[in-house]
Amino acid sequence: MKIRGMASSLAEHSAPLIAKIERRLFLKQGLSLGAIALLSGCELTEDDAVQKVLTSMSRWNDGAQAWLFNPNKLAPEYPESAITKPFPFNAYYGEDEIRPVDGNSYNLELAGLIRDKKPWGLPELYAMPQTSQITRHICVEGWSAIGKWSGVRFSTFLERIGADTTAKYIGFKCGDDYYSSIDMATALHPQTLLTLRFADQILPPRYGFPMKLRIPTKLGFKNPKHVMAMYVTNTNPGGYWEDKGYNWFSGS
Amino acid sequence: MDTVQDAVQHAATWVQIHPLVVRITHWINALAILIMVASGWQIYNASPLFGFTIPAELTLGGWLGGALQWHFAAMWLLAVNGMVYVVYGIASGHFWRKLFPITPRAVLHDVLDALRGKLAHEDLSMYNAAQRSAYLAIIAAGIVLVFSGLAIWKPVQLQELTALCGGYEGARLLHFFAMAILVLIVLVHIAMVILVPRTFPTMFSGRARRPS
Repeated sequence: MKIRGMASSLAEHSAPLIAKIERRLFLKQGLSLGAIALLSGCELTEDDAVQKVLTSMSRWNDGAQAWLFNPNKLAPEYPESAITKPFPFNAYYGEDEIRPVDGNSYNLELAGLIRDKKPWGLPELYAMPQTSQITRHICVEGWSAIGKWSGVRFSTFLERIGADTTAKYIGFKCGDDYYSSIDMATALHPQTLLTLRFADQILPPRYGFPMKLRIPTKLGFKNPKHVMAMYVTNTNPGGYWEDKGYNWFSGS
Repeated sequence: MDTVQDAVQHAATWVQIHPLVVRITHWINALAILIMVASGWQIYNASPLFGFTIPAELTLGGWLGGALQWHFAAMWLLAVNGMVYVVYGIASGHFWRKLFPITPRAVLHDVLDALRGKLAHEDLSMYNAAQRSAYLAIIAAGIVLVFSGLAIWKPVQLQELTALCGGYEGARLLHFFAMAILVLIVLVHIAMVILVPRTFPTMFSGRARRPS
């Protein structure tokens, strides 16, 4: 009935106008069909052309975020009382599937545009100057949790190993086959931390023993745990989730 | 319109009520909002704020990563289109002419009339007070959505804005409730168009019959 009401009010419009409106209604219906397809889930997402647009928009957003990134802007820090307990476990696998890394034989492997590629054992990393932060970990899923992380300021470490800080990316390979990468500006940010401790204790396996990168200016999945190797490069190394479709820059 | 007389009669019967810019931005906005809400619901489901999730059939993107791609692509459409609309609305006097004056008493009066099915829609070139309040509210909800969204997206770079939204978790709540209000107004809006179908073609043609 209501549709007829609409049709009759359309008929009230003059003839050339009706043609114009029919054309527009056709567009509108096309739009509605598109909308239904959109609403029905992944059919359109699988469409190559649409996916191409979405992917290039994601690359555009990488650029927009790099432009917005202020190397001197610090993530808010919180008092001890604000720490989330218990701090949630998160990975691409369940907590019972954590793969233990042997701390005694651990040697952080260095590759790419680095002057001194000598691997680093844990005692050497522990002997470096340590700093702490209480910051908010924000997950791409939306939830957040506040924790305390300690370790070596990453920019100090990069300087120490003679990394080429004019290069674009740093890639990470992890003991659980996870991998990720970050931009150099973020790597040099004062709060980016080569993390060895969580809540003043040696980093437990669930939070990334023996070493993780804590980057409070990026979403949680850009904070790799169990880091076994890192390399400096000018070719974007991508990442486990990034290659599946999460935005690469994912800055906070 | 073969004769001069026809043309004169035509001009006398029809009146321009929706400027072209408003019509174009309205439909682009409708598409952008549809994408933003449907993908936003999928993102919500990844970590629900409340004890419910949104049915998958109403969501867009298929999974969190896909939904985020849609959300962060359509946000540019929403933002650019919204900026054109707001700048036009202010600069042309469109907002001032169509949405003001507005008084709480008039809004209450017209809303009660509308609920009793008595609200007059004689002159489509004038918004009644119920419409004015709804259109102002949806513009306000849109602005809150954009800023709370930025606060969630960039809680470090735009941390002052995030603090203004009550922190990161506060911004998530604000974003959700502004979405809920916006969706509610859109549903009422669509219901009103169905109840007063004459208004529908005017959003394409821009023209309505002058009340005799």
